[in-house]
Amino acid sequence: MSPAKKKTNTEDYLRMYRQMVRIRSFEDNANQLYLSAKMPGLTHMYSGEEAVAVGICEALTDNDRITSTHRGHGHCVAKGAEFKEMFCELLGKEEGYCRGKGGSMHIADQSHGNLGANAIVGGSMGIATGAALTSKYLGRDDVAVCFFGDGATAQGLMYEAMNMAALWKLPVIYACENNGYSEYTKTEEIAAGSIIARAQAFGIEAHQVDGQDVLAVNALAQRLVDRARKGEGPFFIELMTYRYHGHHVGDINREYYRSKEEERDWKENRDPIIRFRSWLVEEGLASEAEIEAINAEVKKDAAEAVEYALNAKYPDPSEVDMHVFTDVKHALA
Amino acid sequence: MRNITLSQAVNEALAEEMRRDETVFILGEDVAEAGTPFKVLSGLVEEFGTDRVIDTPISEPGFMGIAVGAAMTGTRPVVDLMFGDFIFLIMDQLCNQAAKTHYMSGGKLNVPLVVRTNLGATRRSAAQHSQSLHALVAHIPGLKVALPSSAYEAKGLMKTAIRDNNPVVIFEDKLMYNDKAPVPEEEYLIPFGVANIKREGSDITLIATSSMVQVCEAAADILAAEGISAEVIDPRTIVPLDEEALLKSARKTSRVIVVDEGHQSYGITGEIASRINEKAFYHLDAPVLRMGAMDVPVPFTPALEDLTVPTADAVAANARKLVSGEMIHAA
Repeated sequence: MSPAKKKTNTEDYLRMYRQMVRIRSFEDNANQLYLSAKMPGLTHMYSGEEAVAVGICEALTDNDRITSTHRGHGHCVAKGAEFKEMFCELLGKEEGYCRGKGGSMHIADQSHGNLGANAIVGGSMGIATGAALTSKYLGRDDVAVCFFGDGATAQGLMYEAMNMAALWKLPVIYACENNGYSEYTKTEEIAAGSIIARAQAFGIEAHQVDGQDVLAVNALAQRLVDRARKGEGPFFIELMTYRYHGHHVGDINREYYRSKEEERDWKENRDPIIRFRSWLVEEGLASEAEIEAINAEVKKDAAEAVEYALNAKYPDPSEVDMHVFTDVKHALA
Repeated sequence: MRNITLSQAVNEALAEEMRRDETVFILGEDVAEAGTPFKVLSGLVEEFGTDRVIDTPISEPGFMGIAVGAAMTGTRPVVDLMFGDFIFLIMDQLCNQAAKTHYMSGGKLNVPLVVRTNLGATRRSAAQHSQSLHALVAHIPGLKVALPSSAYEAKGLMKTAIRDNNPVVIFEDKLMYNDKAPVPEEEYLIPFGVANIKREGSDITLIATSSMVQVCEAAADILAAEGISAEVIDPRTIVPLDEEALLKSARKTSRVIVVDEGHQSYGITGEIASRINEKAFYHLDAPVLRMGAMDVPVPFTPALEDLTVPTADAVAANARKLVSGEMIHAA
């Protein structure tokens, strides 16, 4: 990459950095809300996987659609959501993106093209593919990205959807976040053979990329998104990544399925934020002081949003049977 | 008025809506050149092309999921599910995705799609091609469910379903595809949640859905010859349900039989009977009876299959007992 290109892209790089920090910060606060019993239910942390969501979503516009997963806060932030509405949703408040009806596992800022987080593993394979069908059907050049984990590769729906996407040349990118674990089980115990070979069997061009390197993810995503817009899709990406927390926030004692040494190695040697930060400083795109200023600003934003959400009001009880149907005020009995 | 088959009525409804709205398209197995095994869609691919009448692989969950995503992003898919029995294959996409998306998104996302499928036994197709499974989807909040009982209803309800901004499941009676009924040349729609009094009566109310409407009309003929005046009401949609019309008739006649081709246990008949008990109890002169399909997998052999569904004679026999007071003493 030429120095000139780097300079012109400084704003993009700093935005990417900020978005990764925002995800980490959101998750750290969510974890604290859980630990202090201020959050109803459970949540699944995206910490450690930030470069995946940011690298891909930075290659998309608001007209491009994504589908997300139960581990979806990262996709939500990366696709343009605000902290305030996200924390409100997490706490079940009326001002949440889903008016508190979705919660952590369904959180989505729909106005930026997020079609929702899906709590059925692999449940959105068809939905993302259908969004790509709409794009082709209406003659648009919008692209759909389907985020899912390695665990979802065990669902039959994935193969049905990929088959049709390949037959119909749909502008969809299947983004498999391989974090090494399908809930509490090592991926190698649930997936026979190669993951990208699954897509290749349908004639879908498939790539494997270091999911802890935001620049590598973003460069690949840019290329594939551009090609998908031109009708060269579908594509499949396997992003090698790692989740720092357990399957969910309550999965604390996890030595029976993975070692603390392994976790430490990923955190200390492959952290996507630390790596990208070093690169920004080494390349002279940001000073340590500027980086620290971004970190501090994000931290403050998050703290303010948490405070706001804690004090925000819950939906009125009259809302319980609203939004069951559209164009019908209350549920049909 | 001209008479056309139920099959032609559905075909006309789809063609008219596809001409009116370019975002409407059909997808499913063998919907294009084959026009489905029942030939309901014959001719549509010639007019609308394979971009709008899309043949899919035999992947029901896959194409159902694709329809959900397409509907969420600005189109109006009509999913053709070849047999109602295959609804078990699409349950996650229909019930966990399509039905809940609007609610889970706080009202921000809509899923305007139609699943057209069928129900009905006595076609000698055995246990996996003969079920009437509408109660399964009627149980799930977020889905509307329509049950046309003739060509007239099939056309009017289909047009309404396609224009609805919610997911709608329409079950056609597959034995009725070649049955003719008067259908106007001019455009009409049938609103959801409005029951149709097929026949007025004063001694007993027969609430009947889909295939059971003609069974109850035949029963009413038998009863009329004996001097018993039966009212036949077709709810036409079970979600939404025109409860007021059913209660009004129950209060008028004081005796009710609910007849539906789904399995009797935990089904539509129990739901409707219960509502009448709760809301019209003091107007009743007899217990509300349920008549559904027997609680057995549908057998292949005609010798057994015909025993599993309500018949006009069986409905008339129960009606006689209710009117004579026999059921009260039996209880």
